[in-house]
Amino acid sequence: MSTTTPLITADLVAVDLAATDRTDVTRRLIDLLAAAGRVTDADGFAADVAAREAQMATGMPGGVGLPHARSEHVVVPSLAVGKLAQGVDWGAPDGPARLVFLIAAPASGDADHLQILAALARRLVHESFRTSLLEAPDAATVAAIVTREVVPS
Amino acid sequence: MKLVAVSSCPTGIAHTYMAAEALEQAGKAAGHEVHVETQGAAGSTPLDPALIAAADGVIYAADLEVKDKQRFAGKPFVDVGVKKAVHDAPGVIAAAVAAVEAGVPAGAAAAPAAAPATKVDRDAGAGTKVRQWLMTGVSYMIPFVAAGGILIALSFMLAQVAWGGAEGAIEVTKVDAATVVAAFDPASLQDWSVVLLKTGQLAFGFLVPVLSGFIAYAIADRPGLVPGFLGGAAAGFVGAGFLGGLVTGFLAGGVALWISRWNVPKGVRGVMPVVVIPLLSSAVVGVVMLVLIGRPIAAAMDGLTSWLNGLSGTSAVLLGLLLGAMMGFDLGGPINKVAYTFAVTGLATEGLAADATQYRVMAAVMAAGMVAPLAMALATTVRKRLFTHAEQENGKAAWLLGASFISEGAIPFAAADPWRVIVSSVVGSAVTGALAMAFGSTLVAPHGGVWVLPLIGNPLGFVAAVVVGTLVSTALVVLLKSLAHDPVVAAERAAEEQRDATLVGQPA
Repeated sequence: MSTTTPLITADLVAVDLAATDRTDVTRRLIDLLAAAGRVTDADGFAADVAAREAQMATGMPGGVGLPHARSEHVVVPSLAVGKLAQGVDWGAPDGPARLVFLIAAPASGDADHLQILAALARRLVHESFRTSLLEAPDAATVAAIVTREVVPS
Repeated sequence: MKLVAVSSCPTGIAHTYMAAEALEQAGKAAGHEVHVETQGAAGSTPLDPALIAAADGVIYAADLEVKDKQRFAGKPFVDVGVKKAVHDAPGVIAAAVAAVEAGVPAGAAAAPAAAPATKVDRDAGAGTKVRQWLMTGVSYMIPFVAAGGILIALSFMLAQVAWGGAEGAIEVTKVDAATVVAAFDPASLQDWSVVLLKTGQLAFGFLVPVLSGFIAYAIADRPGLVPGFLGGAAAGFVGAGFLGGLVTGFLAGGVALWISRWNVPKGVRGVMPVVVIPLLSSAVVGVVMLVLIGRPIAAAMDGLTSWLNGLSGTSAVLLGLLLGAMMGFDLGGPINKVAYTFAVTGLATEGLAADATQYRVMAAVMAAGMVAPLAMALATTVRKRLFTHAEQENGKAAWLLGASFISEGAIPFAAADPWRVIVSSVVGSAVTGALAMAFGSTLVAPHGGVWVLPLIGNPLGFVAAVVVGTLVSTALVVLLKSLAHDPVVAAERAAEEQRDATLVGQPA
């Protein structure tokens, strides 16, 4: 069990991320995961995420992009968050995304980890959660909010 | 309003849970209670059956095939796919509420089918739907068949001890249950066997109403229950048997569904489900059954009886063939009853010789009446995969019921799949009837199955006739069912295979 590894840390958060499109944003977040040693093969994982995105865009209501994949290139279940300086179209009907959450799940994740991710998905529906993240001043605050709020039910 | 929902998505880590949360929140905001089963990667906790039972409607926000979908059978539903639930949960809730208020499964038209993974239900053809309605009725009837049939068989066994011989199985049927109940003696085994018999017969009294009622329920949901049960009881009253019950089930469901779709003023809407729909639909079904169907059935039974009486001079084997076919046709329905009554009436003839035709007819009729349940029991044993789980379980009870000459043991099979089962049953029973006549077996008892074997003349011939007919009937039903894939059985298996695959793929 590696539940001791937190889902997110400050170095997985990019504040004021300046990027022009989905692929670019996703790539920048993947690089954060790779730099932290949570993803072994950045290109491989990028391909997995792109494949999932191609099935169905992951733009969510309330300006959220939620690219995600279960991939063998992922070491620990992780979350990278990007706050975009300018909205990027993520395929959601209600407008571009300003908050992007990249979920990286190992191909053979155990149930505990998957439940944390499930709890995150549930929190994202709540506007108060999204607002608090948008208003968070720095990376450390974002990581702290996620860690505090996302508790498996 | 209470709603249940199932959410799932291809990856099983994001949309599944967002949809669940969105539906729960939107439901709360609109004043409805919503419970969601997330069939995602984190494993899914099945909804409490009590919650499903209490739910007014179902939301499928699922891009994968819904696991164990039959749990929700018969409830109004909307099928929207997971994406719509994430992006427009309030709209989905509103659509579900509308579907419930319309009282109909609105699903298919509400949204385009999102997932190629879905194999059943979503675009179910008319044939599949009819099978699902039938299976709903049958699945509720099976426990009644098992409970009633086994009680009757137990009564026969006990009666043998109580009366000290095979005659017991006949004596017990002659006792007036009301007299025994009025002066019940706990020390009397005879009284106990009479009470068991009566209890079993009472359970059998529900067979056709339950079948009819739950077919109607599957079609029209709750508004279908009253006319469905009533129609089943009416079918019993006019002697139309389970085939009559199938007719009333569909009729009651159709009428109730139609009335529940009427556009009525708001003031009347409240009393629609409690008063108007049950009242009108019951009146329609009752009148149709009693007047339009009841009289032709009675006339047909009279005609058949006089026809049989006219046949008495012809070849014994031909008569056995005909009687056997009639016994196997509707399993306790009007045609079966004509053949059985013909045989039992013959027994009452004064001064018969030991090998009189009347006794041979009785033996042929009883042998033929044992074939259908025995054949279904054998078929579910040798070819499990052709039957649903409920049918497989019922097959086990059918051994005892068939051996006890309780043809009703085959009704669940015949009701679920009339053509294939009745054809097989008629052919096998006819073979048995003809053989029993040819072997010259005789029987002086009107009932009892293997329990009265000591009273049968040429018992070996009798048993051989039953065995051959059962084998013929089994082979035929297996062949017919193998030729066409049953959508309900296939769906049940697909769901299991998928579940097994998930279990293997996920280390605990």
